[in-house]
Amino acid sequence: MEYTVIAESSGDSLHPITAQLVGAASALGSSPTVVVPGGVGADEAASIAGVSKVVSVVGDCFATFDGGAWATAIASQCSGVVLAGATPIGREVASRVAAKRGVPIVQDATGLAAGITITRPIYSGKAVETSTVTGECVITLRANAFEAAGAGGSAAVNVVNQSADVGIAVKEAIAKASERLDVSEADIIISGGRGIGQKENFAHLEEVADMIGAAVGASRAVVDEWGMPHSMQVGQTGKTVTPSLYIAVGISGAIQHLAGMRSSKYIVAINKDPDAPIFGVADYGIVATWEEAVPALKAALAAL
Amino acid sequence: MSIAVLLKQVPDTTAKISVSAGRVDESTVSKWSMSPYDEYALESALQLKESGGGDIVAITAGPARCEKLLRDAAAVGADTLVHISAENINDLDSTQVQKLLAAAVEKIGSSVVFCGKQAADTNAGSTGPGVAELIGASCVTLVSEVAADGAGYSATRPSAAGQEKVGVSAPCVFAFDKGITEMRRPNVRGIMMAKKKPIETWSATDLGVDIGAAAVTIDTHSPPAEKPRGQKFEGADSVSTVVGKLRDEANVI
Repeated sequence: MEYTVIAESSGDSLHPITAQLVGAASALGSSPTVVVPGGVGADEAASIAGVSKVVSVVGDCFATFDGGAWATAIASQCSGVVLAGATPIGREVASRVAAKRGVPIVQDATGLAAGITITRPIYSGKAVETSTVTGECVITLRANAFEAAGAGGSAAVNVVNQSADVGIAVKEAIAKASERLDVSEADIIISGGRGIGQKENFAHLEEVADMIGAAVGASRAVVDEWGMPHSMQVGQTGKTVTPSLYIAVGISGAIQHLAGMRSSKYIVAINKDPDAPIFGVADYGIVATWEEAVPALKAALAAL
Repeated sequence: MSIAVLLKQVPDTTAKISVSAGRVDESTVSKWSMSPYDEYALESALQLKESGGGDIVAITAGPARCEKLLRDAAAVGADTLVHISAENINDLDSTQVQKLLAAAVEKIGSSVVFCGKQAADTNAGSTGPGVAELIGASCVTLVSEVAADGAGYSATRPSAAGQEKVGVSAPCVFAFDKGITEMRRPNVRGIMMAKKKPIETWSATDLGVDIGAAAVTIDTHSPPAEKPRGQKFEGADSVSTVVGKLRDEANVI
């Protein structure tokens, strides 16, 4: 079966998920076609190893984001098994491409095998589902779950002029409340929970975050009770994150929270309660109060 | 004008999920709830109704247990309740679910659809955009707020720079992220009224759709892989040891 990869861009270049999608297709023995919505990063896509062809779809509709318009413009370039990133934009465009073509979509795969057999977490990671799809389909892949293809490709870039009617008009930009790194983008996250006492104490976690380039996250309890921004919330009704390092401070580890962070590569838990469930998923657990442990963390990081 | 709100009943996010004989065992789910993002969609629809009028039509697809979900929606103000009966909802693929929901929306004649950005069981997020495609509508996803704006609507969604306000006209679908307000609590009168509210129960045949066979087959469910037991340390003095391990063993800082 033929494979098509829908590329994703980030600013002026390709999002790292694109090379991972190509890597996943290559692992199944395919040399995929990469479709680049709006053409951003098309040359970069052509240099990914294993790509057979790049289709750069350019048109006015790509100036702003309207998933329906984007899907309309690229759908005719997508055939066979279509892979996209399980990012907000990837999920939406992929859903519409699937519905347009009348084929099923399976979102957020963390494993693919010939067949096609798809592995993906369900119930926010409380269980894992393995399913088989036959025929043409659309699959979105979780970021960082698949080995990225390397560089060294030299595929041809075909430019296709194709726009579509846009139904969503951007009327007003609203600036970010804070310039802090978002938890869904970060490779290191330090999160606080009710155990740190009060909202103001997040300042201590921010200091640690600034030392190691981390994002600051929060448990649902403090988002709801202390009015922290929802964008910080890690858990089943917040963000599901998979950073290299997750540091949980004063978080007991409710099942809701564990669901959102348990697949982080390394987990450090700091909690004064030795029986807190968070220690069950921690690679490194430290039984201590945050008042003692956080200054010690700052000192240890400063000494590195 | 009617606003269709697509709702899904899922195991409560506090519920344990257990697997037996290769499938998630629904009989062990301690509590079934409205999927959290759907609650934001329903609350926003209720607020839109209060400011501009209209009827709220709550639609769900699923087995008989979903009646409670519809009653809960009625208790906070949903005017019409629609149950698309699908005993095997978890075995249907995205195409089949979307066909059923889109047909119900069209049968009701709603040109505005509210739903959650994803359900708390499958975590997929295919339904909003997929239904939009089938009914020929625009779809704004990850919405936190919607208001009537002239002949159309304005919605707030995230953007690369923060957030943005967008304008859209019907037909349109809004897929909600966590909104600005929690769903209201029902009052006693609402709960009593909800008990008596009729539920329209429709099958695929009633909706005039042939959903065919699923193209995706679930092979097995399994519990998540157990993590090997970690290392545990006592007291803040151990922090520097752990930081050393993060650098030398884990290579993450």
